[in-house]
Parts: sequence; structure tokens; C-alpha cells
Amino acid sequence: MIIKSKAVSGTMESNDIFVEIEPSQKGIEVEVQSIVFNQFGKQIEDTVKDVLNSFDVDNALVRVNDRGAVDCTIRARVETALKRAANEVK
Amino acid sequence: MRRTMLFLPGNSPAILLNADTLGSDSIILDLEDAVSPTEKDSARILVRNALKYLGYKNCEIIVRINPLDTDYWKKDLDEIIPLKPDMIMPTKVSDADYVLTIDKYISELEEKYGMEQGTVKLIPLIETTLGIENAFNIAKSCPRVTAMFLGGEDLTADLHCKRTKESNEIFYSRCRMVCAARAAGIEVYDTPFTDVDDDEGLVKDAQFAKSLGFSGKASISPRHVHAINEVFSPTEAEIEHAHAVMEAIETAKAQGRGVISLNGKMIDAPIVSRAKQVLEMAAAINGGAN
Repeated sequence: MIIKSKAVSGTMESNDIFVEIEPSQKGIEVEVQSIVFNQFGKQIEDTVKDVLNSFDVDNALVRVNDRGAVDCTIRARVETALKRAANEVK
Repeated sequence: MRRTMLFLPGNSPAILLNADTLGSDSIILDLEDAVSPTEKDSARILVRNALKYLGYKNCEIIVRINPLDTDYWKKDLDEIIPLKPDMIMPTKVSDADYVLTIDKYISELEEKYGMEQGTVKLIPLIETTLGIENAFNIAKSCPRVTAMFLGGEDLTADLHCKRTKESNEIFYSRCRMVCAARAAGIEVYDTPFTDVDDDEGLVKDAQFAKSLGFSGKASISPRHVHAINEVFSPTEAEIEHAHAVMEAIETAKAQGRGVISLNGKMIDAPIVSRAKQVLEMAAAINGGAN
């Protein structure tokens, strides 16, 4: 999947995560902010990368601001942002 | 057993997280009115993931999809059907063809994903005057339709009248829906009571719906679930009477008697049928999470 434009998904509400994705030429970069960063920061980063990998994304800059989202919410919001950035979802 | 159907917005992770712990017999994960047009994609992916990963166990799963005159309904089904929800709730259903269009597409998806045909049932939401007048044909349109649901808010707009707490304006529609559903042999559910702070009004409205023959009632607030469950559960007196009816039948059979009476009143087929329903519901409540 090719990231064609900047896109966002999710919210800053409790149990949600706000995701921003934009095109990049430097491979995969993931920046994580989270209210539970010390406990789950690495796990959130791994989940984001796993979703990117499942959609064969080679280049993207991803910033996430996590408000305590569970794994399936993180996956849903990243997938939504990816599809929006690739202009695949309307 | 389905006494309550609780609406939950499909794009709210915090609410989806504990959706099956709210005491409702069914939850309706809403992709339609509770989701803004700009978030339809986000909601259907979130609901699909919730069904895939959260493993809801304590209630039936219904997903409300967008109407046929939008670009969303097929995308909703594409995402949701592979996760095998118990039911899909099509909205603004006006006639049998509307249901058959959705039935055909679900059948294609069931075949594509190797699912048994008819796995996912339908509970059409009837909320237009045309839908009310066609209620029986909708109920009989295809075997997937195992229940119908009356939506009072959009209906009153279509009736060109004001929605009131007394609900006189939907009395005919309620009766017509119950009659159509019972004639077709399916269940029927009443519109939500929308004043979340009026507990007394809620109970009165639910009791009235039960008296008309509705199987249960939808809710837009978790606060309403317990009261609706209570109204639509059999009382201890009803359960005792049902047991007495079944015992009288067994005694009469053992004695070879054809005519059966209990407390001086003849027991006929409808009374036996009602007694069985009461005992089935009581057993489901005692064996379930509610």
C-alpha cells in the first residue's frame, strides 16, 4: 500500500487513540505518545508496525496519541488512517 | 430470549469495550444514525475488530447497517458478515424487495466466506408509513427474517405528526406490527423510550408494549435495561401458573382424560402454548447471564 496523502483517524477520548499518517521516503517511522507509555509504549509501537506490515506499507511516518486504547482499537484506527491516506476508503 | 435490545454507537471504543456487560439480552452496534457520514469507514472497521477480538459472550449481537439509498450498506456487510453476527438490522425497510436485496447480498458473502447459508438473521427496522403498511410482507419476505423492530422516531416524522410521551400517534403502527409479526410467526420489538430520566414513564411504556404483544423493547440507554428486562420477564405468579398448567396436562394424560381443567377453567391449546413460552423464558433467564 502506498501512502499518498496525510490522513488521521480516531479521537482523543478515553479508550481511543488518535492516529496521524503521512507520506515518507525514510521507511517506517512510528512516534508514540500515550497515557500508559511506560507500561505499554513498546507494545503500542509493535501493534502499529504490525498493522503497517500487514498492509505492505514500506514508507510512512505515523504519529499516535494513545488515550488507553486496547489492541483491537489501535488496529482499527491505524487501518482506517492507512486506507484514508491511500485514498482507499470514502 | 430477547427482552432488551440496547443501541450502542459503533464508533465509540469506550462503549464497545464493555458492551456485553450492560445486562441487555441483545446489543445493537450502530453503524447508521449514531455515526457521522465522515466516520462511517472508521466505525465499520472498529465494529469489525470489536467482534473479532473482544469475544462478546453474554448477549446476542445485532449490527445496524446503513440504508439501501446510501453507498455504505454493502461496505457495512462486507466488513461485518465474515464475523458472523447473530443478526443484521436493515434500516428504513419499506417493502419485501428491500429485504430481498439485502438477503441476496448476504447470501453471496456467506458463500464467499464458506458460511452456512442463512447463518446471519435479519431484524428489519420498520420506521416508515410504507413499511408499516407492508409489515406482513416484510415479515414473510425470507427465512432470514426472524424478528421485526418498530422505530417510532422516524415514523412520526413520516406520519407528519409530533412524537409524544403518550405515544397515541404510533398506536395503530404498534398494533399493526404486532399483528403482522405474530401472523408471520416471528418476534416483534418496540421502539425505545427516549426520555432517559423518566424511569416511571419507561416502565409504563414498556408495560403497555408488553400488553399489546411485543416480545421486548429497544433501549438507547444502559440505564433502561434493567427495568425493561423486569417488565418483559415472567412474574413468579405466571411461572407458578405455567407449572400448574403443565402438571394438569400430565395428570390428565395419565388418567386418560381428554378435557382438562385447572381451578375450574378449561385448559386449551393457547393456554398450554403460553405456559410453555413462560417456562422457556424463565429457564432462559435462570440459565443466562441476566
